[in-house]
Amino acid sequence: MAEYYNDGDLDRFGEVGEHRPDLFKKFMEWYGASLEPGVLSKREKVLIGLAVAHAVQCPYCIDAYTKSCLEEGMNLDHITEAVHVASAIRGGASLIHAIQAHNAVDKISM
Amino acid sequence: MHFIETLRKHGAYPLKAQSVETLQVNVGYRCNMSCKHCHVQAGPLREETMALETMKAVLGTLKAAGIRTLDITGGAPECNPHLRFFIEKAKEIGCQVMVRSNLTIFLEDGMNDLPRFYKDHEVELVASLPYYLEEAVDRVRGERTFEKSISALRTLNDLGFGVERGGLKLDLVHNPQGMFFPPPQSTMEEEYRRELERRYGVFFNKLFTLTNMPIGRFRHFLTEKNQLERYMERLRNSFNAATLDAIMCRHLINVGWDGTLYDCDFNQMVNLPLLENYPRTVQDFDRFVLFHREIACDDHCFGCTAGQGSSCKGAAA
Repeated sequence: MAEYYNDGDLDRFGEVGEHRPDLFKKFMEWYGASLEPGVLSKREKVLIGLAVAHAVQCPYCIDAYTKSCLEEGMNLDHITEAVHVASAIRGGASLIHAIQAHNAVDKISM
Repeated sequence: MHFIETLRKHGAYPLKAQSVETLQVNVGYRCNMSCKHCHVQAGPLREETMALETMKAVLGTLKAAGIRTLDITGGAPECNPHLRFFIEKAKEIGCQVMVRSNLTIFLEDGMNDLPRFYKDHEVELVASLPYYLEEAVDRVRGERTFEKSISALRTLNDLGFGVERGGLKLDLVHNPQGMFFPPPQSTMEEEYRRELERRYGVFFNKLFTLTNMPIGRFRHFLTEKNQLERYMERLRNSFNAATLDAIMCRHLINVGWDGTLYDCDFNQMVNLPLLENYPRTVQDFDRFVLFHREIACDDHCFGCTAGQGSSCKGAAA
């Protein structure tokens, strides 16, 4: 399991398209288009990418979007703040469920 | 695919000079610093230094060929004992003079009056400052480098460099602090301007973003990390034909410390002189032959043509 995530595997992403290339092609077009500057700048988009990478805890995405952030001129402060946002939202997402627990307690309590 | 094949594929081979607007002269590899990204591998122990006689030959060439811009580089150009003579004479013949300075040299013994000298001779300064934060800069260039650089920049601002009222040019150079590409130049310039003013009260004219070239110390770093091929692949995949008009080799000739001619400073460092049949030294300079010469290329040239491109004046596309 120690070898489960290999650096080199990111470069092999295209191999996924060897099966059902039509679906992979659609994904790649969508992926590429979503990162093009629009109302949001490239910089904002890669920062969102970095935060999401941490929220979904994908090592490939973390490597790729950290590099993208540096290539947009950002530094460790930008990166760390973005990860705090992702983490805080994850934390908040758990914490808000305390209300479900409270409701559950109410439901079964006298 | 090699660089020359890539040029062929884009109908750009052979690559030819468009003019020689600038003579870029490397006056020696000695430097008070040993930065991790330095393509020259400059440092305090390097002994290659341009001799006075060679400088006189350069001055003769500038005059005879009608080249109006002298771009002085190194090492730290200030480590050459004849630098002041060189600048004085170049100004006398009407050249615009640029010096690529590491800034920290001004704080070395015997160098404190250099900023004043540069002011008196209206030298344009192009200064290395890889980032606007201390941690990032010191990691690449050595401890206390940032602090010294900010001190030097304040001195230069006080003398009128990089500030509107002064009228003296002070441009900064950003390069990535690792194996990644530089950010868009205009975005980074805006950020440098805002952060340097807000944090340190420092001003400058333009920011040039450069790509780290896969040669010199940066190549050693890539090799040590086993990332050379990966970086080269990325440079190759990022080839942008739109950079070809503005890359430096098409507008300048580079002179080595011993007078040898090169298409650029990077070619000098990989020992790739002008192609055969062209004059080899500054003493043999022939403007009619050299102004539209064919340029010697190799795979390191992908460093200048990747993405937004990279030239002496930053982004090329």
